[in-house]
Amino acid sequence: MADIAVKSGEEARDVARPGLLQKTFLKNLPAKIAALPMMATVLVVFVGCTIWTIYYSFTNSKLLPTGKFVGFEQYERLFAANRWNISVTNLLTYGAMSLVLTLGLGFLLAVLMDQKIRFESAFRTIMLYPFALSFIVTGLVWQWIMNPTLGLQGAIRNLGWEGFTFDWISNPRMVLFALLIAGLWQGVGFCMVLMLAGLRGVDEEIWKAARVDGIPTWRTYISIVLPMMRGVLVTAVVLIGSGIVRLYDLVVALTNGGPGISSEVPAKYVVNYMFSGGNIGQAMAAATMMLVTVLIIMVPWAYLEFGGKGKRA
Amino acid sequence: MSNTATMSGSAPAASGPAGEARGPRPRPFFTPKKIMLYTTLIFFSLYFLFPLYVMVSTSFKTMPEIRFGSIFALPSQINFDAWVRAWTSACTGLTCNGLSPGFWNSVKITIPSTIVSIFIAAINGYALVNWRFKGSEIFFSILIFGSFIPYQVMLYPLVIITRELGIFGKLEAVILIHTIFGMPILTLLFRNYFASLPQELFKAARVDGAGFWRIFFEIMLPMSLPIFVVALILQITGIWNDFLFGAVFAGTHNQPMTVQLNNIVNSAQGTPEYNVNMAATVLTGLVPLIVYFVSGKLFVRGVAAGAVKG
Amino acid sequence: MKKFAVVAAMATALLGTTSAMAVDLEVTHWWTSAGEAAAVAEFAKIFEAETGNHWVDSALAGSGTGANPVIISRIIGGNPMGATMMNTGRDAEELIQAGLMRDLTDIVADMDIESFYVDPTQLEPCKYEGGLYCLPVNIHSWDWLWLSTAAYKKIGQPVPTNWDEYVASWPALQEAGILPFGLASGWPINGVPGVLMAGIGGSDLVLRINRDKDPEAVRGPEFRKVAEAMDSLRKVTSPETMVPSFGDVGNQILKGEAAGNIHGDWLAGDLQIAGGVPGVDYECLPGLGVGTQLTGGGDSFYFPVLPEGTDPAVLEAQAQLARLLISPEAQLKFNMVKGSMPIRTDIDLSGANACMKKAIALLDNGLLPSGDFSLSSDTQQQLQDLDLEFFADESVTVDDYIERRAEIIAQAD
Repeated sequence: MADIAVKSGEEARDVARPGLLQKTFLKNLPAKIAALPMMATVLVVFVGCTIWTIYYSFTNSKLLPTGKFVGFEQYERLFAANRWNISVTNLLTYGAMSLVLTLGLGFLLAVLMDQKIRFESAFRTIMLYPFALSFIVTGLVWQWIMNPTLGLQGAIRNLGWEGFTFDWISNPRMVLFALLIAGLWQGVGFCMVLMLAGLRGVDEEIWKAARVDGIPTWRTYISIVLPMMRGVLVTAVVLIGSGIVRLYDLVVALTNGGPGISSEVPAKYVVNYMFSGGNIGQAMAAATMMLVTVLIIMVPWAYLEFGGKGKRA
Repeated sequence: MSNTATMSGSAPAASGPAGEARGPRPRPFFTPKKIMLYTTLIFFSLYFLFPLYVMVSTSFKTMPEIRFGSIFALPSQINFDAWVRAWTSACTGLTCNGLSPGFWNSVKITIPSTIVSIFIAAINGYALVNWRFKGSEIFFSILIFGSFIPYQVMLYPLVIITRELGIFGKLEAVILIHTIFGMPILTLLFRNYFASLPQELFKAARVDGAGFWRIFFEIMLPMSLPIFVVALILQITGIWNDFLFGAVFAGTHNQPMTVQLNNIVNSAQGTPEYNVNMAATVLTGLVPLIVYFVSGKLFVRGVAAGAVKG
Repeated sequence: MKKFAVVAAMATALLGTTSAMAVDLEVTHWWTSAGEAAAVAEFAKIFEAETGNHWVDSALAGSGTGANPVIISRIIGGNPMGATMMNTGRDAEELIQAGLMRDLTDIVADMDIESFYVDPTQLEPCKYEGGLYCLPVNIHSWDWLWLSTAAYKKIGQPVPTNWDEYVASWPALQEAGILPFGLASGWPINGVPGVLMAGIGGSDLVLRINRDKDPEAVRGPEFRKVAEAMDSLRKVTSPETMVPSFGDVGNQILKGEAAGNIHGDWLAGDLQIAGGVPGVDYECLPGLGVGTQLTGGGDSFYFPVLPEGTDPAVLEAQAQLARLLISPEAQLKFNMVKGSMPIRTDIDLSGANACMKKAIALLDNGLLPSGDFSLSSDTQQQLQDLDLEFFADESVTVDDYIERRAEIIAQAD
């Protein structure tokens, strides 16, 4: 493919001395023009906006980005802010639970689905449809189900089980589990589909060999098949992980950060201080910390995926 | 294919006494293992289905029925009042026009955003595979990496950029934002797809002297229908379900359905009308659900598309 | 062909005249509760009747915390509305400084507004470098204790006349299954400490904290009483009993489900709409029945600078609206419904209800600067975060609360 690219550059040779300028810019011109939106997105948005945000996290900008440089002052305040610390703890707790359970349940369901069951496509349809719904819809439905008086708790109490409690949405200590139930409902089906694709990609010779060796089915899954699905697992972890860092809509719809500030998350902190709090500097510092978190997740992954193999397309 | 492998793998344990392994189906259905298997699957199915049931049944009830009945109960009769109210007269403040304006706003946002974002991504993919230039891979790598940057990091500068372009608070801004944030995954999708196509056709066209655009429109596009459908599914559901960008960039007059839904439910005054809330919720979920049910397996491919290749 | 041309000409002529005569003016606000919506409708009616223009109402959900950002981002984002309401105070100060708001000096020059504004301090936040950038349209005070007549009838006790009697009645209320303190989730808790400060802590404490931003005042014994009152309030409330909006608390009070609530006077509008009569269905105690001065903030109207090329008729409509909002007629009609105090001293308030009359009497003692009024949105957001956390989490002690509040005040600007 690369030779084609070179060939299209040959036109530029008519110029007496093929200067660096022509060489770089005129070669393959239509493709470059066509790729302008992509270049603009990369340079202006992904690189430019990110640098802008990091820069303004070091200023004392309030409502408008006009502040002076103040060093790490915004970060000092951020790390001392209880709401931020609660948000981070929430995200870590929710994230760990969500990651483990999404992967675990996704894998379990995929294995069950892989047992040559009847109505497979019906089961898959049922498990995956929530993934088509937005977090807003997800949050609002579960908010209604978890309504303490008229929802599940009330209904079961009315059935005669007076002591039944399912007040997670209004209980500061349990509210993360309320988010988790809704989040899992939305996302497990997708993880299951990924895992199932992974399972079906495993060579049947492996199964034959395992059977010959008399290894029990469950052990074959855990110790042979699972390690072979590394690619799918890594993809799932990265997708679930980057979704967790962005967690925002679901919280807004389900709890709006409450009760109190017990279900606040970093993304909401950023949006609040950016707009209603009128403190751009503080919001940008928080956003930068979110970026750092993503880098901590992404860099090892990128290294494993691309760095080691030196793989380029 | 691997179904058989899986089955044969589990067969000895599943079918109990030996000597049956070679026998033709049907095998006994009510083995303990099967019972456990189906019980678990049905248990999870209930978890997945319960909210849908609650949403729909609540939306058909009257408020007294909700207050004095159980969340499990079926509506005593199908009552469309809540649906009508959700669509035409549910309130956010003084304006009580229901969700219908939000629906049309979402349509106005989704259609152009989907078209523009897919078109640009298709060209990107094509350029990246067939017309590589110096630096194109670097751009692509940053693009993919960019898809993992939390939106909050780029939100404020984008407000400034759209303001400078004079489009903040208008449909154009939302379309631009969706095009930008849809670009990484879609470009990846098209790049992988075009790379999987036989290169001979492209080379032959080059020899014939066809240029960048002619090859794109006459050779590549006609071959890429399947991937277009996948991209379409991905974008329609993704953009329809968006909340953050609609809330920030669309302006008060173009708020998409998700934003209006959240306003109706979470900023309601007075006694909450759960039946109207649920009808509104179902209405908002309807478009992606229809896309999901109509597209079937393609949806699975759509959502898993970029993902599996990483 | 000819026929078409005639029709086209007529159409343009018609369009031309309508646009000259009646223009649309978009007005944003967050007056979404029943009482507030009825009040803002009074403004709209007068505006449409007097000018023939069209009031395009953009009510935004989410009150100050939800709607304010939308308004600000639209103005910053170069997509301004014709007029907007915001709290009187510092939320818009940077917008004014950045030249995004229209200077109203000339528009109201002949009205001699300084002469009739009830408290000149209210105009302070609107002034910047000799210009006038907003018009307060009412005075609001948070400092009200609302009490349910029905609830106290149920327990057979007289309705309390001050804070201490109210606190003393809680055990009996709880025994009767009545919520001592009704509360809506979210921002309403934010106003409570300020009310307790003015009521229990006294005017001096309010000035030292809100005006002087003195953290030592927060650490002092007066504020400790406030923090302890907050502590006792959180003990009788729980997330399960919280209702979605403050208007719902009003209904709880009318029905006797909740015995009391601390909330701003805009709740009166909702109580009124729901058919409540002050003195009969509910009682109101300004300053918790102990304070002598009210903290005052309020709502102001701002008129963003519209982009170049805007129809001059729209600019004229802005000016017309500005003048109308503070006219005696509009002031009277609006505030009677809203439950707030008018900004004019020269109007007849004999039609005011019992609660409003109590407030008007207290106005003679002058207003104290409320938190909304004197603290930046950033500081307010931090205080709200703290209040919400304190109320939801019992493990945050009174001492923690005082210390963290003192730190926020120390950094406040």
